[in-house]
Amino acid sequence: MSNSSTSSSATSIASAVQSRTFANGLTVLVQPMPWLRTAAFSLSLPAGVENEPDDRPGLASLVCEMVQRGAGRYSSRELVAIQDELGIDGSSGTSSRMVSFGAAMPAESLPTAIGLYADVVRRPHLPADQLDDARLMAVQELRAIEDEPVSRVMRRLRELHYGDRLGRSATGTMESLESITQDDVRGLFAERYHATDSVLAVAGNVIPEAVFQLAEETLGDWRSGDVVPPVPATGGPATEHMESSSSQTHIGFSFDSIPYGHEDYFVMRAGIGILSDGMSSRLFDRVREQRGLCYTVSASCNSLKQAAGVFGYAGTTPARAQETLDVTLHEIHHLIDDLDPHELERWKVRIQSSLIMEQESSSSRASSMANDWLQLGRVMTLDELETAIESITLDQVQQYYRIHRPKNFRLVTSGPHELKINS
Amino acid sequence: MPEFRQTTLANGLRVVAEIDTRGYSAAMGYFVRAGARDEVDRESGLSHFLEHMMFKGTARRSAADVNRELDELGGQSNAYTSEEQTVYYATVLPKFQGRLIDLLTDMLSPALRDDDFETERQVILEEIAKYEDQPPFGAFERAMERHFSPRGLGRRVLGTSESIKAMTSSDMRAYFNRRYRPENIVLAASGNVDFDGLIADVEKLTRHWAGRGTSGSPSADDPETLPQGIRVDANLNIDDASQAYLVKMIPGPSIRDADRYPLRMLLSVLADDGGSRLFWELIDTGRAEIAAMWSQEFIDDGAIFSYLVCAPEEIDTNEHLMDDLLRRVTEKPETFAVDKAELSQAIGKATSACIMGSERPGNRLFGIGSRWLTCGEYQSTDDLLALYRGVTVESVMQAAEKYLAVATQTRVIASAKPSPVG
Repeated sequence: MSNSSTSSSATSIASAVQSRTFANGLTVLVQPMPWLRTAAFSLSLPAGVENEPDDRPGLASLVCEMVQRGAGRYSSRELVAIQDELGIDGSSGTSSRMVSFGAAMPAESLPTAIGLYADVVRRPHLPADQLDDARLMAVQELRAIEDEPVSRVMRRLRELHYGDRLGRSATGTMESLESITQDDVRGLFAERYHATDSVLAVAGNVIPEAVFQLAEETLGDWRSGDVVPPVPATGGPATEHMESSSSQTHIGFSFDSIPYGHEDYFVMRAGIGILSDGMSSRLFDRVREQRGLCYTVSASCNSLKQAAGVFGYAGTTPARAQETLDVTLHEIHHLIDDLDPHELERWKVRIQSSLIMEQESSSSRASSMANDWLQLGRVMTLDELETAIESITLDQVQQYYRIHRPKNFRLVTSGPHELKINS
Repeated sequence: MPEFRQTTLANGLRVVAEIDTRGYSAAMGYFVRAGARDEVDRESGLSHFLEHMMFKGTARRSAADVNRELDELGGQSNAYTSEEQTVYYATVLPKFQGRLIDLLTDMLSPALRDDDFETERQVILEEIAKYEDQPPFGAFERAMERHFSPRGLGRRVLGTSESIKAMTSSDMRAYFNRRYRPENIVLAASGNVDFDGLIADVEKLTRHWAGRGTSGSPSADDPETLPQGIRVDANLNIDDASQAYLVKMIPGPSIRDADRYPLRMLLSVLADDGGSRLFWELIDTGRAEIAAMWSQEFIDDGAIFSYLVCAPEEIDTNEHLMDDLLRRVTEKPETFAVDKAELSQAIGKATSACIMGSERPGNRLFGIGSRWLTCGEYQSTDDLLALYRGVTVESVMQAAEKYLAVATQTRVIASAKPSPVG
């Protein structure tokens, strides 16, 4: 067992993030926030979409649903009843790399909650007679996406951006959901639900030693296992149009970027912040406020471990769609032509405020910690983050985008007419 | 423990705050008693349009200044409009309190410039188009129109493309003078707030509000006609929709009605989105994408919504299941009455959500401001917890008898192939 802790001095999270990695490969991270009444955790396992067999899209998400249908001593209904009774607000999700179970609750419910979720990830019943119900739930989700043009556009954009395999949606397809068997579910669970590279991040009104002990008791003897190598990104420039008679034309675009953890990440992110963070940002001001072209326009950074992108969206009525795309891309390409130091300052204040306010929420802190661990292999203290943000200069931003001009655009549109990228 | 303070300024503006000096942030917002129900036909969508125009500058600030300064304060700021109120709010670090109040207060004296009005008209039309593309494709608005009539509480907040295209800036000025009077407004604050500093600032900044011009009431609508652009068919035909969207409404308690706590617990047991009877019947089995009920409370009225989303060919079967599940509670209470364990689960869920929500001043703000604006009443988190914990099985069953056993309901369906409405 290795011990490490990082200490923070200047911010008001005075106490350190403590971490411990058990012999089986599970890492436990704890951030005490004694001023809160709540606690929250995020338990993430490397059992996400990358772990699915190529011909079983949707399996990781289906397994994530199935493990919650009864575990340990509890039936599916009992699991829900206990959580409701104790005010444990649970959620789960499947990303490319990980499957995550999270919960926020009054602090005194934490031991029960961790015990329950240890059952879920270690001793699920995986009831064969409920597989069809779980499958139908997944079908409902697919049908919902069919009715949401924005989700449809962004789902396709992600595939084009990262490539069919890495960019694959967790929701699967009608055909693949149909083909998944109980053996597939048991198989993925048996191979991928284990302690190796898993992380339990806990934040809130907790005592670290007590959390470590609790984790040791419930997850300390969890088995280890194999972890699949990261699926490579294979996406490249592309343009696609989906014909639709919708009221708006929905425009999704993306371009290559660098992941969280890259040494230039915050400099890159500052540029995207100037572009799209806040009501005085370039896109909001110049596309919406000055021209009235749309209600929604935005761009944001997306990071996987092995690849990254900047993803953007604009929705506008068909007659103005080409202009909206032209103006939006113009702003991206000309970002550094007229950078103003105040723009960078505003972005810094926004980030710093949100970092300070993160101390008001145990659940947002727990998910940041889990995300840091996944991307960086360590947790950045709020102090460290603040310093990294504060030190960014306008020259660095300019320099970064001069060398890394946004390129390799992917464009997905949905509406009555096709659009084109005018250079 | 947070401390509650309130005062009414000489001009009639009410100021309330729940202060906790241990907080990392301070949230502040103006709550204005102006919403869709206060509009006449020619003003349809005006409250919301005006909300957008508030960000478009004042005598002292351009539109760009307003957006830039909001960003400089680093917090989360936004606004929303409902049937009964328009709210402008932001959460910032405590050191920015003074600057935020100066900005928000100034925003409430908008310049309403004509060229900004024309640009923003386009943005509103885009917002209307955006919602037309999104599930449930206007089914909630249609249900409200049928339930309350397309006027009053049933008037759509965004207005219609027709009403927005016909809107004039002089209509907007008249509406502003009518509704944005100090006595119609509450300034609420929560978190790490300097209350004395707040009062001193606001008193100075709003002194001129007392002298705001007046404008008479607009001429009443002809109740025999439908407002322009409004249709009230119970079926919305949505090309290519893959799911069917069913919205039903029955009468419910108002904001002031003590029934609302037992009713909320009843609806949580029967039909919330996780762990309820309906959840196990329809969601856990994959029969429906969404099946839930909730109550929405207004100043003098209320409604209970049912919402069902599933494949069009399943809608009738699922609707029957849902109706049966409700009917059984009151028709066969010996078997289907809400029991203690179910109630205790619902209370656990509600109280925990309350506690978790209370940790962020930005969350607390809305309860404090809305309640004071509509009821002139303050409820602390502990008051609210006590109200939920005080709900008994008997009061829940009384709520079931009173609200679920109704003869008529409003029913609207949006789908590619609408099934006949009975």
